[in-house]
Amino acid sequence: MSIRPEQFGALLYHFGTRRLSFVKNKTLLAVLRALAEQPSARTACLVAGIDAEELPGYTTALTTLAASTTICERTRP
Amino acid sequence: MTSLVEQFQFGLAAPICLTWELTYACNLACVHCLSSSGRRDPAELSTAECKAVLDELERMQVFYVNIGGGEPTVRPDFWELIDYATEHHVGVKFSTNGVKITPAAARRLAASDYVDVQVSLDGADAAVNDAVRGAGSYATAMRAMRNLTDAGVRGFKLSVVLTRHNIGQLDRFKEIADELGAQLRVTRLRPSGRGADVWDDLHLRPADQAQLYEWLRAHGEQVLTGDSFFHLAAYGEALPGLNLCGAGRVVCLIDPVGDVYACPFTIHQDFLAGNVREPGGLQQVWQHSELFASLRRPQAGGTCRSCSAFESCRGGCMAAKFFTGLPLDGPDPECVKGFGTTALSDADRTAAPRPALDHSHLGREARPVPVSIGWGPTPPGAPDRACDENPLAGFVPLGQHG
Repeated sequence: MSIRPEQFGALLYHFGTRRLSFVKNKTLLAVLRALAEQPSARTACLVAGIDAEELPGYTTALTTLAASTTICERTRP
Repeated sequence: MTSLVEQFQFGLAAPICLTWELTYACNLACVHCLSSSGRRDPAELSTAECKAVLDELERMQVFYVNIGGGEPTVRPDFWELIDYATEHHVGVKFSTNGVKITPAAARRLAASDYVDVQVSLDGADAAVNDAVRGAGSYATAMRAMRNLTDAGVRGFKLSVVLTRHNIGQLDRFKEIADELGAQLRVTRLRPSGRGADVWDDLHLRPADQAQLYEWLRAHGEQVLTGDSFFHLAAYGEALPGLNLCGAGRVVCLIDPVGDVYACPFTIHQDFLAGNVREPGGLQQVWQHSELFASLRRPQAGGTCRSCSAFESCRGGCMAAKFFTGLPLDGPDPECVKGFGTTALSDADRTAAPRPALDHSHLGREARPVPVSIGWGPTPPGAPDRACDENPLAGFVPLGQHG
């Protein structure tokens, strides 16, 4: 998976599935970057400064990315 | 919030989809070749220069490159460059006529995770295909695809340039692809390169386009189009894809000598943005060329502005207009509303810009060569005897022949 920052947000490319995804704003980009070090997607969202009312929209975006295996649950050590 | 399509019109930090033609050399001489390929250009990028370009693509995070030509696999360093690209996180999709896809090459491709292959075929049978791509090319492509299938490569692309002669074979192309475990990709015939010479005879007629639109709608995302038929969105609903002209905004072309053009269909001085050999390389060209900046400015839309379909087709393909002699801010020559047909009949087609480069095989056209037996006409002032002592006997100053 590769992230390329763009003016509007970022482009994501999954080398395995060849799927290109558009990250439509910089907040979502911040969430994606936070995913690796935060314990859950919810805390990643909160760390990126997302309010409770905005959470459903980001949940949908992350669910879409997960459905295409662009993001996935980390394997536990 | 502005839509993504609107954002894309202003350009991206790097191309999403970059086509790189590795060589003008080709074993074939397809009548519609976009790059008028045939003979290698002596100034083509060396192996080291190609690797420097790949290093730059990695830095710019160009996720993958579409490699074509000419026939890219005839470059002796082809496999070396493919390996170098994938080692440097640049995925490769390459187009081939199949000439070098031996069983061994197919096994090599089967073992590679980041290389996709696309085999060109322009007819579902040898007669239709070979009329465009040359004698024996159907057999070559089919053999290559069998080798890929037998080696276990799945989902490789069978790529078809649609013409009025193969449009009736869409279902058969799909069957061939399905049988081989491949995916069908259909693209638009452009009047670029040698295509300019055959476009009038081969391009889709209005009824063909309507048929294609329905067929594509029925097959959805199963059939790839490289976004090439976005002008058909004017029929009603958009087809899958970005549905915009990406020239200089999301796509560009690097030709074999390193010249950077706005898109693969615009090999002409007017669309030349720079060269990767210049200081700053591709990044400098992509981010700072005046041509690309002008392509990214909002387009006026010209006479198309008042059309109800403007928002969906946005005036169609720039290259198709340019090489048919139509104004760039007017309708596409294949405008589904019929405005292109009118524009074509009003345009001075003889004044259409000609493709700038020609690497066609010499003698491609079987022109009659004037020959006669005998000594030919006697040039003025030439000696009438072999023993003429004048040191300038038979000499004719340059420029005065014939």
